[in-house]
Amino acid sequence: MATDTHHHNEHHDEPSWIRKYIFSTDHKTIGIQYGLTALVFLFFGFCLMMMMRWQLAYPGQALPYLGKWLGEARMPGGVMSPEFYNQLGAMHGTIMVFLGVVPLAVGAYGNYLVPLQVGAQDMAFPKLNMSSYWVYFIGGVIMFASFFVPEGAAQSGWTSYAPLSIIATPAQSIFRGQTMWLLGMVFLITSSLLGSVNIIVTIIQLRAPGLTWMRLPFFCWAQLVTSFLLLLAFPPLEAAGVMQLMDRLTGSSFFMPSGLVISGKLWPGSGGGSALLWQHLFWFLAHPEVYVLILPAMGIIAEIIANNTRKPLWGYKALVWASALLGFLSFVVWAHHMYLTGMGTAISSFFQTTTMLISVPSIIILTALILSLWGGSIRFTTPMCFALAFLPMFGIGGLTGLPLGLSTSDIQLHDTYYVIGHFHYVVAPGTIFALFAGVYYWFPKITGRMMSEKLGKWHFWGSLLFMNTVFMPMFIQGMAGMSRRMYDGGEAYLHNQHVLGYNRMIGMGAWGLGLVQLFFIVNFFWSLKFGKKATDNPWEATTLEWNTPTPPPHGNFTKIPTAFRGPYEYSLPGSDTHKDYYPQWEPDHVVKKENK
Amino acid sequence: MSEAIQKQIKLYLIIGLALFVGTVLTVWVADLKVAIMTGIVIAVVIASIKSFLVAGYFMHLFHERKLIYQVLLLTAVFIVVMIGLFIFAFGDQQGAHHGIFNVPVKHVTPADAGHGAAAHDASAPAHHE
Amino acid sequence: MSAHIEIPYNVDERPDTGLYNAKLGVWLFLASEVMLFGALFSSYVLLRTGADSWESGHQILNWKLAMLNTFVLIGSSVTMVMSWSALKMKNLAKFKVYMGLTFLCGVGFLVIKSIEYHAKFEHGLLPNRSTFMAIYFTMTGLHGLHVIGGMIVNGYLLGPGSKMWLTEPQRFTNRIEVAGLYWHFVDLVWIFLFPTLYLLPGK
Repeated sequence: MATDTHHHNEHHDEPSWIRKYIFSTDHKTIGIQYGLTALVFLFFGFCLMMMMRWQLAYPGQALPYLGKWLGEARMPGGVMSPEFYNQLGAMHGTIMVFLGVVPLAVGAYGNYLVPLQVGAQDMAFPKLNMSSYWVYFIGGVIMFASFFVPEGAAQSGWTSYAPLSIIATPAQSIFRGQTMWLLGMVFLITSSLLGSVNIIVTIIQLRAPGLTWMRLPFFCWAQLVTSFLLLLAFPPLEAAGVMQLMDRLTGSSFFMPSGLVISGKLWPGSGGGSALLWQHLFWFLAHPEVYVLILPAMGIIAEIIANNTRKPLWGYKALVWASALLGFLSFVVWAHHMYLTGMGTAISSFFQTTTMLISVPSIIILTALILSLWGGSIRFTTPMCFALAFLPMFGIGGLTGLPLGLSTSDIQLHDTYYVIGHFHYVVAPGTIFALFAGVYYWFPKITGRMMSEKLGKWHFWGSLLFMNTVFMPMFIQGMAGMSRRMYDGGEAYLHNQHVLGYNRMIGMGAWGLGLVQLFFIVNFFWSLKFGKKATDNPWEATTLEWNTPTPPPHGNFTKIPTAFRGPYEYSLPGSDTHKDYYPQWEPDHVVKKENK
Repeated sequence: MSEAIQKQIKLYLIIGLALFVGTVLTVWVADLKVAIMTGIVIAVVIASIKSFLVAGYFMHLFHERKLIYQVLLLTAVFIVVMIGLFIFAFGDQQGAHHGIFNVPVKHVTPADAGHGAAAHDASAPAHHE
Repeated sequence: MSAHIEIPYNVDERPDTGLYNAKLGVWLFLASEVMLFGALFSSYVLLRTGADSWESGHQILNWKLAMLNTFVLIGSSVTMVMSWSALKMKNLAKFKVYMGLTFLCGVGFLVIKSIEYHAKFEHGLLPNRSTFMAIYFTMTGLHGLHVIGGMIVNGYLLGPGSKMWLTEPQRFTNRIEVAGLYWHFVDLVWIFLFPTLYLLPGK
C-alpha cells in the first residue's frame, strides 16, 4: 500500500520559506495567493475606471497631479488622450473580469474552500494547482506590462473585435498592447483550464465518506458547474486568440475581410477572412464567462443566507438542478451579443428563445435564495448585509437584461450605457458584493480573527449607496441613446445633451465608492493584527470547513471527517434549545444525545 | 494475467496495421474522380473509423467507466452545438452575397475609397436563399 | 506543520466512479482539447465555405511528407501503448525501449514537419498569402506544439520520472496510461488534420 512510503517523512522537516509561501502546493496558500493578487488587480482596475470617469465628468479638463504624472504621451497637458481613454476602457474590463473577479471567485474561494468543504486534505492535483496560480500570475504581469510598451495597452475594448484590434497599433512585434493582451489571455486561459480540471476531479473523487451528491454544500455545486463552463467554453477563445495573434504577427487574414479600405488605402493582406468569426468565437466563451462570474457568487450567498437565517436553504434540489441547467443553457445563448451584426431572422429567433429560456433557472435560483429568508431568524452580520443586498441588486441586473435579450428592443439599447448599467449591476453590486460577503464570512477561519462589524457596516452602506449612484443613471443615459466607449462622454451628440449631467453624478459616485473601500482595506489589515480572536466555528455553521483548527493546518483535518447529514441542518424540529444547528461532521449519537 | 496482456498486444498491432491501411485508403480516395461531397463523406467515414479504433482500443474507451462517457457525451453535444450554430449563423446572414467575407467594392482607388459605403450596396449582386 | 498529505485514489480507483484521479483529470483535459481543435476545424469550415476560391492542399502542400508523418504518429501510438503494456507485465526494460521509440517517433515527426515548413517558407508560402495557408500553419503549428508538449512529458517519464517505478509501480503505470491517453489524442487530431488540410481539393 502506498501509505508505507511516507513513514520516512514522519520527522516533520519544515519546508523552506519559499516552498511554504511562494511555491506552495497547499490549496489554502494558493487560494490566498490568488485572493491577494486578485484584490490588487481589482483595485488597479478600479483606479483605471476612476480616471475614466474624470474624463467623462469633465471632458477635456486636465486631471490634477495624476495627469502630469502619467506623462505627455497619455495625458498631453494633463488632459486624457482618446487613445489612453480607450486603453483604460479595454483594460478596465479585461482586468476586472479575467484578473480580478474570476481569480477571486474561482481561484481564491474555489481553491481555499472546495477541499475543505468536501472533507479532503488538499486538491486532487496540488502541484498542478501551484502551476495554475503562477501561470495566472504571469498572464497578469503581461497584461500589466502592456501599459508600458510603445503605443500603450490594448485599446479595442475587452472584446477585441476585429478588424480594429488587428489594425490598431499595428506592428509585427510582441511589444504592442493588443498583442500582449492576446498573449496574456493565452496564459490566463491555460491557468483557468488547469484550475477547472483540479476542482472537478476534487469534487468528484475526494468527497469524504457520507458526503453524497445531495449533501454537498451548494457552494461546491456552483464551483463544479463553473469549472465545467471554464473547461469547455474557454478553448474556442484560445483558438481565436491564436488566430488573432497570427493576424497581427504574420499578417494573415483570419478576421480581415477582402476589400477592406483603411484611411483611403486598400488593406494589403490576403483578405477572405471574417470579422464575425472573431465575434462568434469570442462570445462563445464570453457568454458562459458571465455565468462563471455569477455562479460562485450565488454559492457564497447561499452559504451565508443559510447560516444567518438559522434554517435550511429553501429548494436545495431546485438550486442544484437550476445551476446545472443554467450552465448548460449558457452555451447556446451567445449570439444575443450580436443582434446588430446583420443576423438573419431564423438565427436571431433561435438565440432570443434560448436567452429567454435561460432566465428561468436564474430566477429559480434567485427565488430559492429569497424564499430561504422566510421564517428565518436573521442575523444582520456584515456578510449577511452584503448577501441580502445581493438579492435585489442581482434582480435589477437580471431584469434589465431582458430588453437586451430581445432583439427588437436591443436595437435601441445595444452598445449604449444601458448595457453597461445592466452588466455592472450583476457583477458589481452583484458578484463583488458576494465576494465581499465571503471575505467577512471566512476571514475568521482563514486568519483566526474576526473583522470589525462597525467598519464592515460602514463599508456596506457606503458601497450600496454609491454602487446605485454610479449605475442607476446609466439606464437613463442608455435609453436616451448615449453610446458606450465615447471618449467625450457623449458630448458631441444632440440626443445626449439632456443626460450629460449624470456623468458628473456618476463620477462623484465612483470616487465616493472608491473612498468607502478604505473602510474595507483598513478593516482587513487592522483585523489581521488586532481583530477579536475567533473560535473554530464563530458563526456556528454546519459545513465541513468549520471542522478544522483555525487556521487550518497543512492537511486540513487531523482525521478525514465523515458527513452524517446534509449541509444546512439548522433549527431542526424537536432540536434542543441550546444549539440550533447540527454540523455535518457530528455523528448521530452525539446529536441524539443532545436531543434528550 | 500475462496471457491476457499478450492478446491485448496482438490486438494493438492489428489495430496499428488497420490504421496504416486506413491512411493509404484515405490518400487513394483523394485521387478518385468523385464529386467533392462524396469525397469528403468517404474521407470523414474513414477518419471516423480510424479515430474509433484509436479511441476505443488505444485509449481503452471501449471498456471505460460511465463517468468518462458522460463527460465525452457532454463535450460532443457542445462541439456539435458550436459547429452547428456557427454554420447556421453564417448561413442565415442578411446582406450582400458573401458579405461577411468580402466588402464587395469593385474599383478600389483612393478616390473611390470615400464612396466605399455607397459602392458596398451598389455592387452587391441579387441575393436569394 | 508538514504533515504528509495523502491524496486518495491516485493509485486505487474510487469505488463509486471506478476511476483513479489522473484518469478523470486527463479525460477532462482532453475534452477541453476537443473544444480547442473543434473551434479551429469549424473556423476552417466557415472560412472555406465563405471563400470564393480556396487553394488545394493536395497541390500546394507536401502530402507525401504528411502521409509519412501520419505513419510516424500511428507508429508512435502503437509503441506508446506497448510501453504501457510492458509495465503491466512488470517489464521496465521493455517499457524504456518502447517509450524511447515513441519519443524518437516524436522527433521524427518534428523533423519531417520542419522540412515541410522550411520548404513552404522558401517558396514564399506564408500565412499572409491566403486564409488557407493561415489556417494550415495555425492548425499544424498548434498540433506541433502539442506534440512537443507530449514529448516533454514522455521524455520526463522515460528519464527522471521512471524512478517512481521503484517506489510506487502502480502509480507510475497509471502515469504512463495517462500520458498515453494524451499522446493518442494528439494522434487522433492528426488523423483528422491530414485529410482536411492535405487531401481536400480546392475551389
